[in-house]
Amino acid sequence: MPYPTDRKYTKEHEWITADGTIGITHYAQDSLGDIVFVELPKVGTEVTAGKPFGTVESVKAVSDLNAPASGTVTAVNEDLATSPEKVNKDAYGAWMVKIKVKAPAEMNALLSAADYEKFVSEEGGH
Amino acid sequence: MSVVEASPPAVPKNVRKTALNGVHRQMGAKMVEFNGWDMPVEYPASIGCGIVAEHMAVRTGVGIFDVSHMGDIRLAGREALAAVQHISMNDASRLAIGQAQYSALLYPQGTFVDDVIVHRLGEDDYLLVINAGTREKDFNWVRDNTRQFDCAVENLSDDFTQIAIQGPKGVDVLQKLTGADLSAVKFYWVTRGTLCGLKNVLMGRTGYTAEDGFEIYIPSDEETSARVWHEILEAGKDFGLVPCGLGARNTLRLEGKLPLYGHEISDTINVWEAGLDRFCKMEKAEFIGRAALEKAKTEGAKKTLVGLEMVDRGIARDEYRILDEGGREIGHVTSGSPAPFLKKNIALAYVPPAQSAIGTTVKVEIRGQGVKAQVIPTPFYKRPKKT
Repeated sequence: MPYPTDRKYTKEHEWITADGTIGITHYAQDSLGDIVFVELPKVGTEVTAGKPFGTVESVKAVSDLNAPASGTVTAVNEDLATSPEKVNKDAYGAWMVKIKVKAPAEMNALLSAADYEKFVSEEGGH
Repeated sequence: MSVVEASPPAVPKNVRKTALNGVHRQMGAKMVEFNGWDMPVEYPASIGCGIVAEHMAVRTGVGIFDVSHMGDIRLAGREALAAVQHISMNDASRLAIGQAQYSALLYPQGTFVDDVIVHRLGEDDYLLVINAGTREKDFNWVRDNTRQFDCAVENLSDDFTQIAIQGPKGVDVLQKLTGADLSAVKFYWVTRGTLCGLKNVLMGRTGYTAEDGFEIYIPSDEETSARVWHEILEAGKDFGLVPCGLGARNTLRLEGKLPLYGHEISDTINVWEAGLDRFCKMEKAEFIGRAALEKAKTEGAKKTLVGLEMVDRGIARDEYRILDEGGREIGHVTSGSPAPFLKKNIALAYVPPAQSAIGTTVKVEIRGQGVKAQVIPTPFYKRPKKT
């Protein structure tokens, strides 16, 4: 399965599109296993690049969601409160939050799809 | 996705492997270190697995687990019964040949060395199946505390590959592979028979899933182990059998309130606190821990194990703190998880007896927030009685 090239990636396995939509990668959902709980901030919350803004839990593990960029939350995917398994089914469609990115230039430092793919394969079985 | 299918990392040094390690890796299992063992936590979604699918397969059909990391101690000889009685809290004199019982090895303080299943295999021949993380400790404890008895103590832990076939259809799958009449084997009894061409294989109707099922003990060489594993997979195809990892093993045992060493039971928790009274036979003759338990009984427990269900949104996890309504710490979670079959978030926790009544509301501290939970009856799950 190819990594979508319309977005940037973090080494913590989140993705962000140019318009500030954020989610986790296919690799992340596979590592976590069955996702059963997603906790997200409210609209209007300020998030900081590299800092946790929410939590995703699988049956066996709890993981922080880290913001790929700084900004203000403009929308939250409420659907995930009742159907968190959608992240397993379609990690690139099941977004978590949308933010208004404070400094779009900040996103240049993030990984491209090719770089992320390379990073993940070097990280091995995780 | 190429990455996921890439070969998993090599087994770290000093971590032990079961004879089926290569098979698990070949099947794409996610491997974790558990009590010093490199074990599968779950198998891939691409073969219909994952903790939830594996859990559901065991509740409604059948799943198999490699549990070869468990240890085995044999006590045999003229005074084997007396030795077993001295080191374990249940009454082994009640066991007929071929019968098994849940029991525990206790310290003189009445706390746990380990919990065990005692099998009576012959007239003066007992097999204790023990936990992976306590193998050496248990063997040393049993050997050192039975020296006064005319009985040989043998560590057979490396001699067996132990496979658990669990679920309501487990008996049907295993029956395809053996000539022994499994329908005649009652729960917590064992039989011996030819299995997959291997003679005299021990098969016990036991498990750690709160479900019907069997545990089999076969030679621990890799070739035999892999062959039997694959033959079970093949025989289970018509029954929807899936391989299961330690993840599902944990959620299954939690739904059934089966204790896990280091969580619900440990060297600082006694039998009464853990609520295992019915497996502790005070009326039998002296055993290690009895005197302390007698004393503890008159003093009353300071903490007691309860079952919790989350009322508000949140998942209690191992070690999370339990708070009272005023926010004071009153206990902690020993095991907490979503319960895949029951579809709610459950936990086992130690709380003071005053807060242990069914219906009591407490709070579980989750990332700094007190989230409401309620004490509910246990076991959370009880398998339906066969008609």
